[in-house]
Amino acid sequence: MINRKIKKVKKVLILGSGAIRIGQAGEFDYSGSQAIKALKEEGIKTILVNPNIATIQTSDYLADKVYFLPIDAFFVKKVIEKEKPDGILLGFGGQTALNVGVNLAKKGILKKYNVEVLGTPIESILSTEDRGLFVKKIKEINLKVPISKAVTSVEGAINVAQKIGYPVMCRIAYALGGLGSGVAYNKKQLIELIKKAFSYTNQILIEEYLSGWKELEYEVVRDQYNNCIVVCSMENFDPMGIHTGESIVVAPVQTLTSSENFKLRSIAIQVIRHLNVIGECNIQFALDPKSEDYRIIEVNARLSRSSALASKATGYPLAFIASKLALGYSLTEIENIITKETSACFEPALDYVVLKYPRWDLQKFRRVSSSLGSEMKSVGEVMAIARTYEEALQKAIRMLDVGMKGLVCNDLIFDDLEKELKEPTDKRMFAITEAIKKGYSIEKINEFTKVDRWFLFKIKNIVDIEKKLQCFSFKNLSLNLLKGAKQKGFSDLQIAMLTNCNELDIRNKRKKLGIVPFVKQIDTLAAEYPAKTNYLYLTYNGCVDDIRFKEKNQVIVLGGGAYRIGSSVEFDWCCVNSISTLRNLKYRTIMINCNPETVSTDYDICDKLYFDELTFERVLDICDKESPLGVIVSMGGQIPNNLALPLHNTNVKILGTSPIKIDNAEDRHKFSKLLDDLGIDQPEWNELSSIEAAEEFASKVGYPVLVRPSYVLSGAAMSIALSKHELKKYLKKASAINKEHPVVISKFITGAKEIEIDAVAKKGSLYCYAISEHIENAGVHSGDATMVLPPQRTYLETMRRIKIIAKKIAKSLNITGPFNIQFIAKDNDVKVIECNLRASRSFPFASKVFKINFVDLATKIIMGKAANNIDRSSFDLDYVGIKAPQFSFTRLKGSDPVLGVEMSSTGEVACLGDDFNEAFIKSLISVGFKLPKKTILLSTGPMDSKMEFLKSSRKLSELGFKFYATRGTADFMRENGLKADILHWPLDKKEPNTLTYIADRKIDLVINIPKNIEKEELDNDYLIRRKAVDFDVSLITNLQLAKRFVESISRVSIDNIEVKSWDEYN
Amino acid sequence: MGITTPKSELVLEDGSIFYGYSFGSKKSASGEVVFNTGMVGYPESLTDASYRGQILVLTYPLIGNYGVPGYEEEDNLLKYFESDRIQVKGLIITDYSDRYSHWNAKKSLSEWLKEHDIPGIYGVDTRELTKKLRKKGTMLGKVICNNKQISMENPNKRNLMIDVSIKKPIIYKKGKKRIILVDCGTKNNIIRAFLRRSFTVIRVPWDYDFLNEKADGILISNGPGNPKKCRQTIKNVKEALSNNTPILGICLGSQILALAIGANTYKLKYGHRGHNQPCIETGTKRCYITSQNHGYAVDAETLPEDWREWFYNNNDGTNEGIIHISKPFFGTQFHPEASPGPDDTEFLFDMFVRSIK
Repeated sequence: MINRKIKKVKKVLILGSGAIRIGQAGEFDYSGSQAIKALKEEGIKTILVNPNIATIQTSDYLADKVYFLPIDAFFVKKVIEKEKPDGILLGFGGQTALNVGVNLAKKGILKKYNVEVLGTPIESILSTEDRGLFVKKIKEINLKVPISKAVTSVEGAINVAQKIGYPVMCRIAYALGGLGSGVAYNKKQLIELIKKAFSYTNQILIEEYLSGWKELEYEVVRDQYNNCIVVCSMENFDPMGIHTGESIVVAPVQTLTSSENFKLRSIAIQVIRHLNVIGECNIQFALDPKSEDYRIIEVNARLSRSSALASKATGYPLAFIASKLALGYSLTEIENIITKETSACFEPALDYVVLKYPRWDLQKFRRVSSSLGSEMKSVGEVMAIARTYEEALQKAIRMLDVGMKGLVCNDLIFDDLEKELKEPTDKRMFAITEAIKKGYSIEKINEFTKVDRWFLFKIKNIVDIEKKLQCFSFKNLSLNLLKGAKQKGFSDLQIAMLTNCNELDIRNKRKKLGIVPFVKQIDTLAAEYPAKTNYLYLTYNGCVDDIRFKEKNQVIVLGGGAYRIGSSVEFDWCCVNSISTLRNLKYRTIMINCNPETVSTDYDICDKLYFDELTFERVLDICDKESPLGVIVSMGGQIPNNLALPLHNTNVKILGTSPIKIDNAEDRHKFSKLLDDLGIDQPEWNELSSIEAAEEFASKVGYPVLVRPSYVLSGAAMSIALSKHELKKYLKKASAINKEHPVVISKFITGAKEIEIDAVAKKGSLYCYAISEHIENAGVHSGDATMVLPPQRTYLETMRRIKIIAKKIAKSLNITGPFNIQFIAKDNDVKVIECNLRASRSFPFASKVFKINFVDLATKIIMGKAANNIDRSSFDLDYVGIKAPQFSFTRLKGSDPVLGVEMSSTGEVACLGDDFNEAFIKSLISVGFKLPKKTILLSTGPMDSKMEFLKSSRKLSELGFKFYATRGTADFMRENGLKADILHWPLDKKEPNTLTYIADRKIDLVINIPKNIEKEELDNDYLIRRKAVDFDVSLITNLQLAKRFVESISRVSIDNIEVKSWDEYN
Repeated sequence: MGITTPKSELVLEDGSIFYGYSFGSKKSASGEVVFNTGMVGYPESLTDASYRGQILVLTYPLIGNYGVPGYEEEDNLLKYFESDRIQVKGLIITDYSDRYSHWNAKKSLSEWLKEHDIPGIYGVDTRELTKKLRKKGTMLGKVICNNKQISMENPNKRNLMIDVSIKKPIIYKKGKKRIILVDCGTKNNIIRAFLRRSFTVIRVPWDYDFLNEKADGILISNGPGNPKKCRQTIKNVKEALSNNTPILGICLGSQILALAIGANTYKLKYGHRGHNQPCIETGTKRCYITSQNHGYAVDAETLPEDWREWFYNNNDGTNEGIIHISKPFFGTQFHPEASPGPDDTEFLFDMFVRSIK
């Protein structure tokens, strides 16, 4: 029986989702933050467990208590014991939170401590998560699911596949982002797939493969009174076969008739009622493109990536509403926050079209295939809002910030176009465009790609306009064509490229002709009711602005755009905090961002939200309309930073450090010269003008050398060259990145420590700072390094020198606002390697560990307002904070899980501890590391690292671990009196083999130190590392990290770790 | 569609003009301008007789995507449409897809409009237009194509029943039980709803004296315009109420029922047209999402003693249904037959059928 009352809970535990990784990104910061707000409004105490320190939800002003702890049953149980909450929310932290919740329920812990699951009950969660149960439930109400059988053995799988007929789909229950699933076209592929899948689970589903069917999603909300609404319908551009996280998604559905759409809606509601979901859920369908036949693919009984998208696409605050429903409210009792006139019980009507485009960073990973399929590989996404499909598509492509100017005007070459069409990669959209240009018929492309013709027609419309534009020059370009092009989403730059002029020529011309975009509101009801909404976008398919521009005292903050490697939730934290300070200072705030997974795009964060492009053209359009006091470019990471100079050159006021100075720090040549002038040491460097000169320089300073271009984030195309041959190769790669800026090569110093300073300066004088050290030696990208704050093993003299250098640089660049400098230190020699005049990735980490909000201070200083004085003793901590990187190698089939100068982590966590060891162990567990119980496989690399690790090996031996080792390492150990069983190298193909032992789970931990840093060929080490990742065996590939790890486990026992909330560390 | 397409414009009675490009028929036309916020379902909407005499504005910008289906019939009814012709006087949209894609499509929206000689305009800022209609209320307007001037015409001054109702009764045979359907401009899906439940449907003209027909239930259909114009229907219903034969009024039918029992109706500022109207069943926390298309409403304050407000609109509180306290007489302002729209309230047909003993 449903208890039809508002729940009387007093204290609720909310589980977050941990580090950002593929399949689980910033959307859960949005949903968790909304949940906390919704509960707080009711006077309920909130306890949050989430080690993702860069999130908004872990801010001090949201939850009453925050625990930076691993989200697993072990730690959450400890928190429950301590806090004694009477309710728990499981639907707001993605699959991670859901899995932990199910685990706690199964172990009887929730019952034991009287913790009530709010919202969708555990039984309902189970029946959506366990595939067998799910199918049974759906069949009870005579609805259709794909033919599917759960199997627990390889033989079983083969039998079922034969019955269904190839190709078949293999799926794993309980997997986020389709992990381990895939399509098998024959028996051999099937065996390969399921063997790997069985390493994660003991249940696999073999299913009919619905290739080419339309893929649709509906977001459904239900309250305990059985009221059901469908908030948003979404259609995938890419049909079934490509994971929805990898798909371009359009809302609302476009190619479905009313009858199809409402049939699926109706089924969705039937399913959700039958499953007894209370709150929010997502249901996926496959629809036959030739009839109304359908299949229900899956139900996610929790907030998801799609629900975040649906929320932003419609303006309907799904996570907030879901929290209220979990407390027992009826949909009719909750207000429509946008209109404030109507209730939450309605289905939004859109008068615009929304398009989500995934962002991939596949080129950052070695050996990863760029083909898309049933596994998710994308690391982020953007959302475009427009009033034609073409406008939305071109906007979205620019929002990705991958160098594409829109659908057309990109230099892409496809060697085998037909293959690109048949086997989609991250470039599929451009391959289709190319095919249309080459004259392929829509029918043919539809046959190859299975993409619905309607989408293809729209692409063709853009290509047609491109062709027309090419026939005109700047002078004879007509008003109609120019307007038509803008209405189909062409940027000024694209039009300029096609008519041989420059971007600003087009801008000026069209403004003279009165062709400007108009601002429209997102109001959930298609203008049927008046709305005071501040949620805005720009379009050329309109004739009037929805709002008037009378506000004075406005400040724009530019957001970070799509999450990608190197730019993630931490910049969103900076933006949101900066906005919040500006609001406190009584400025009217404007946020511009285009990432639906963020909190900064929640319209209650700022006074006006422009969900639009972070491009020069669009920011200028908004400045033209809004006439702000100025723009803050230092919070959103590299995209806004790169816009500083162009905006400044067009007379937009940039607040904070001068854009000229930003350029001085960004341009490696200028910056290095500045350091020389200031007498600050730096690794020897030279500007590259020819390969010969580069070779000469490299042999002078000696290899290894570091090759890096200017203006890049996360070390794109940055490499260490060990030899002349490698140098040549990397130079080619680097110069292809950006021809406008010079490439610099520098001496790479081995065996040095890396240290960073995050700081805020005021008119050139240092205001506050945090120095942190890396555990890994220099050579590991700072985004992939494990950071310690305050430093535990850095000399005081080094710290002093770093501070002096920071002061000098701040002064000479006259910095006002946030900045970050990276150093390498060997002995007490300190050299500067990089400087960014903007908030860095580690700003939230430093702010939260020190409990001093650096962004708040920076914003006050930027605005010329008084900032509170920093007490020097606040830097003197009795605890340690450690930030650890989260990798997503498991998702990226074939990628080499090794650290290098190119960043490859997708997220991070940070934990606090009473000492280094405790914080370190917690942060490792938080990123999925499993502490070894008995066995360790050692392969410790070159002789010097073998030597260096010897002491640690002894310690491990004392702790009672059993060693396996590859021959060289085993011999070395035996010579030093340690016993290790020899396992053969993978390529030896002899048993006992390393690979077999890993696959058979005879190894708990693999420590594999690569022989050199930059070797790409397929080798034995790679095979071992990859196997470990594929079989979910813990892996350490860095010597310093391995040593510190051994030290820590010898001193800390996980059972004795006391759980402490953030406010208990002081 | 290129830039050479003929220009067209929509002129409103307040003098404002919205410019766009012509599609469909190249003629000019005049009518009452109303907007619908549904995001899908133009073949059904355009053939809904409740739009008779109106120029329809669609707030969803991308229209024509899945083309228009063919004229296949089922049970003597067009399978994919709500009546046998396009009922609107004109169609105003933002972005038109001339190249459509759907397995069931036979022609483009423009071709279909041409076939029925109905003009359309695309390229219009329909959001701005909608805001204007919301603020000023529904207005008269005209589609001017190729400068062919015409005068404004107010459809509400005529009795639109004559345009939309049938001339002679039609019988749709199914089971033994018989429903009289008073056709004030009925949607085909109301007929289908009864055929699906094995009722024989006797569809009669709006002013037909059905009192002597043998019937197990009476349905008064939806339709266009002011309910007060349907004097003959009101009179017939008033008489029918003295029997105990179950009666269900839908949309205009519910308004007619209200007028027959002595309650009043009035014109809404800009009406309800869309697929997302939330209706609460009075006295419960149950809310249904309904499909609607009406410009007039029942004044619940004027209901007589033995009638109750059954549903009300959760957005603006207007009446959405009436019910007799003891007898099987019901009226819903929304469309339980949906098409296009959500089928949340389809169960009302089952309820009505149950009341037929």
